[in-house]
Amino acid sequence: MSLENLKSFDPFAETDGGDDKKDYIHIRIQQRNGRKTLTTVQGLPKEIDPKRVLKFAKKEFATNGSIVDDPELGEVIQLQGDQRQKISELMVNSMDINRNNIKIHGF
Amino acid sequence: MSEEEQKKSVAFGETTDLENGEKVETNEATTAEGHSVAENGEEAPATFDPSAMKKKKKPKKEKETENGDEAPKENGEEGFDPKLLKKKRSKKAKAEEGEGDADGEFDPTKLVKKPKKSTKKKPTGDDDDFQKRLEELGLEDKKDEPAAPQTQEEVEAELAQGTGVWAQDNATPFKYSQLLKRFYINLYEDHPELSGDGRLKNYKIPPPQVAREGNKKSIFANLPEIAKKMKRNPDHIIQFIFAELGTNGSVDGAGRLVIKGRFQQKQLESVLRRYIVEYLTCGTCKSPNTTLMKENRLFFVNCNICGSRKSVSAIKTGFQAVVGKRKKQQA
Repeated sequence: MSLENLKSFDPFAETDGGDDKKDYIHIRIQQRNGRKTLTTVQGLPKEIDPKRVLKFAKKEFATNGSIVDDPELGEVIQLQGDQRQKISELMVNSMDINRNNIKIHGF
Repeated sequence: MSEEEQKKSVAFGETTDLENGEKVETNEATTAEGHSVAENGEEAPATFDPSAMKKKKKPKKEKETENGDEAPKENGEEGFDPKLLKKKRSKKAKAEEGEGDADGEFDPTKLVKKPKKSTKKKPTGDDDDFQKRLEELGLEDKKDEPAAPQTQEEVEAELAQGTGVWAQDNATPFKYSQLLKRFYINLYEDHPELSGDGRLKNYKIPPPQVAREGNKKSIFANLPEIAKKMKRNPDHIIQFIFAELGTNGSVDGAGRLVIKGRFQQKQLESVLRRYIVEYLTCGTCKSPNTTLMKENRLFFVNCNICGSRKSVSAIKTGFQAVVGKRKKQQA
């Protein structure tokens, strides 16, 4: 007989997020005036060209956007509207990025 | 007393009961998982259109050729990228079509919700299933079924009053499920933090009270109360809220938080939920009874229950796009 209530959690297992702490891709949302919002994607890996991602995202999501060069954080993609789910799906499905490395912020 | 002991031993000796109990529990677990998977499955296809995938791939091919042409103009490094990416994409995209659904989304809010659901459902669901099974099997216990209490409350009431099955002069043997329930009820009363998988379900904070001030500001009224309940410095929570929402604000005279921007209660609720997952729950035992300490620039969460200690990242605002009229003045 196995003890049901002792099985639930293995304290010696690797804690999730223990290894891949280094490079999160942050997807944030900011409120603009009125109902308008702005989505920012920060911390894309170096091997991905933000220009092409932006070009593709603009067409796919039917929205506008731009790339902002931040002195500290490098190039940041800005998209109009709340595109957080869409852009994260895009990154996971077609850019070979682990879902655990993406952090979606905001409400 | 000796009689009682005998009863107990009899009750435990009934292997059928035991098995039933276990089966029910495992079933419950699988259904709970199945449910969550199904949820994810539903979500995934919404954004995961096969047609969309095709569309995605096509433009990329075009791009590749474009880039091939452009490559000489650009740096050598950038010329490499499309090929590398392309290879990965074509292979992984297909592989992930299957995996994506199974993996589900890593959403901290869901992590918190799930255990709540499953734990809440368990006690009642277990009971019903158990009794159904008993009826199906046509066990002897069926005879005292009518007298047996159906709901959790009745069980608890009988236990507290010492009536029904728990009466002194009661001669019917205890069922395993009843004894197990009694054990958990007692355990929960005396040591709530030890009671197995019900750790998260017992943690409640008052819902955030959100009101609108004017057109552009929201007021988070009961922040001090929540901070006190969570045993956290309100400033730390405020910092987190502002960083998450990408906005700023202030605290007014009554300790209420004024946030710039329009926010609804459920939105702040999800932010708080994320805060709890990240800065409140212990990484090992998942208990929310923790303290946050700062040691040479690093934040640590110390668990007051199991004594474990984990480091948490400091709150970073990250990139803030310039929004509004000031943009023109700055540029």
